[in-house]
Amino acid sequence: MDLRKLKKLIDLVEEAGIAELEVTEGEEKVRIVKHTAAAAPQTYLVPQGAAGAVPQGAREKSTVFDDDDLDDEPDEPQGEVVKSPMVGTFYRAASPTSDPFVDVGSTVKVGDPLCIVEAMKLLNEIESDFSGTIKEILVENGQPVEYGEPLFIIG
Amino acid sequence: MFGKILIANRGEIALRIQRACRELGIKTVVAHSEADRDAKYVRLADESVCIGPAPSNQSYLNIPAIISAAEVTDAEAIHPGYGFLSENADFAERVESSGFVFIGPRPETIRLMGDKVFAKAAMKAAGVPCVPGSEGALSEDPKEILATARSIGYPVIIKAAGGGGGRGMRVVNTEAALINAVTMTRTEALNFFGNPNVYMEKYLENPRHIEIQVLADSHRNAIYLGERDCSMQRRHQKIIEEAPAPGILSRHITRIGERCADACRRINYRGAGTFEFLYENREFYFIEMNTRIQVEHPVTEMISGIDIVQEQIRVAAGEKLRFRQRDVNCRGHAIECRINAEDPYTFVPFPGRITLYHPPGGPGIRVDSHVYQGYTVPPHYDSMVGKVIAYGDSREQAILRMRIALSEMSIDGIKTNIALHQELLHDANFVKGGTSIHYLEKKLAARGEVKKNN
Repeated sequence: MDLRKLKKLIDLVEEAGIAELEVTEGEEKVRIVKHTAAAAPQTYLVPQGAAGAVPQGAREKSTVFDDDDLDDEPDEPQGEVVKSPMVGTFYRAASPTSDPFVDVGSTVKVGDPLCIVEAMKLLNEIESDFSGTIKEILVENGQPVEYGEPLFIIG
Repeated sequence: MFGKILIANRGEIALRIQRACRELGIKTVVAHSEADRDAKYVRLADESVCIGPAPSNQSYLNIPAIISAAEVTDAEAIHPGYGFLSENADFAERVESSGFVFIGPRPETIRLMGDKVFAKAAMKAAGVPCVPGSEGALSEDPKEILATARSIGYPVIIKAAGGGGGRGMRVVNTEAALINAVTMTRTEALNFFGNPNVYMEKYLENPRHIEIQVLADSHRNAIYLGERDCSMQRRHQKIIEEAPAPGILSRHITRIGERCADACRRINYRGAGTFEFLYENREFYFIEMNTRIQVEHPVTEMISGIDIVQEQIRVAAGEKLRFRQRDVNCRGHAIECRINAEDPYTFVPFPGRITLYHPPGGPGIRVDSHVYQGYTVPPHYDSMVGKVIAYGDSREQAILRMRIALSEMSIDGIKTNIALHQELLHDANFVKGGTSIHYLEKKLAARGEVKKNN
């Protein structure tokens, strides 16, 4: 199961407000469990005929697609994100036998080539928008990337 | 049959194509812009690829991005929907040369029908009646232009060869205004379509817009699936469509339908298509052919029982048509109302977040819409949020069901034209049937006059 699919499943659990999701695909299986903020289930007593405040937890959740849910963002390393300007396949190096353009820890200036995104048989060099050090490489060699996909973090 | 199809479109048609694919057991990849990340069909897709930022020319009109998306997901075929690149012959060509199947006609056919002058000539040669007009593109010589208009007879309409869909046209009522009108239309044509050629036609005073749906495979089989009446229009944009067309004898439809099917065979047409006609005094006049699935295809599906999008996919996969002409039996009546996110009186677009969405249902009601409660209608694209289709055994029943359906429908958070549709469904002339393509604009103008005078 590739990382993009996993990320999608995690997003789905997040947004749908379900507690647990288990997906089996052929030989692969993944189980995602969401831990809610409240440690114990809410209990409350509503006396008969009492006109009181609506108990917590009874607030209506409108739909699966409610985008008011809080997003639990994973801790982001400090730095600027280089995003893919196009759809294609990501490669770390100019050819299978070459060294990668950069590694974690490499120093780069604005305009330095970071990677290749291949589309329609053409290899496109992606240049850095920032100067600094490569903090993280977010995609794997040979992975398909979409427009706007985060590729590198430069700090 | 394909294992995976890339859907290169958005909105309700993307969902429609996805439904057809899912029913056929085909995996779907949706290519979408950043603005459509939260679209219902994106979430339901097997895979999705963001192909660019919101603006269409960087996303839904971005040919390399779309083809790359098909490459990285190993899609086998690309469905272009309607609008965007669906009638772009270059796109179809590049899709094919990149090793994918383009779900639609061959690039040469798209190119032929995309040039309205060539299309007319091809149709004339195939025996399809056309609007009387200039034979081919207008010359540059003012004397010749004047002579052409005189032989056709005023009023005339100047149209851009590279236009279509209601764009790039100008009506001329008097000789004095002719040369200027031609010059202006030429300039616009060059700017909008990259093609300065224009042609002239007789302007019909009170025609109806009647179109014929066709389906053809790559084995020279072609059938017609009846007609649609799309006369209820504002600024050349259809608002209400219906099938069959009220008050037209079925033998006249048979005759024109057979001409269209024959034309398909002659030009080796492949896939779904629509021949558009102006109909006046019991005569059909060809204006253009649309080489794609159309917005209003559901009304034909309801009366024929044929899933046109699925048939598009089957034909593209090389299958022979499963129906012969005699297998096509249309029964009942269907009406479609296009629901737009706009002010029902001023037509100003009104995108935004839908805070409450409750669609109608019940017997004979079909809703083709991608929106949901909490969905934000983006401002970057057209304003159509969905289509409501009502089917009945008779036109009267279809109208009744549509009125009831629209009264049940709730969309809060944005404005919609539902109120306009209700008004039209109660309009005496609409109920009688057979109103011309100018009817709605005249009605709106009269309403404007009443408002001004009050």
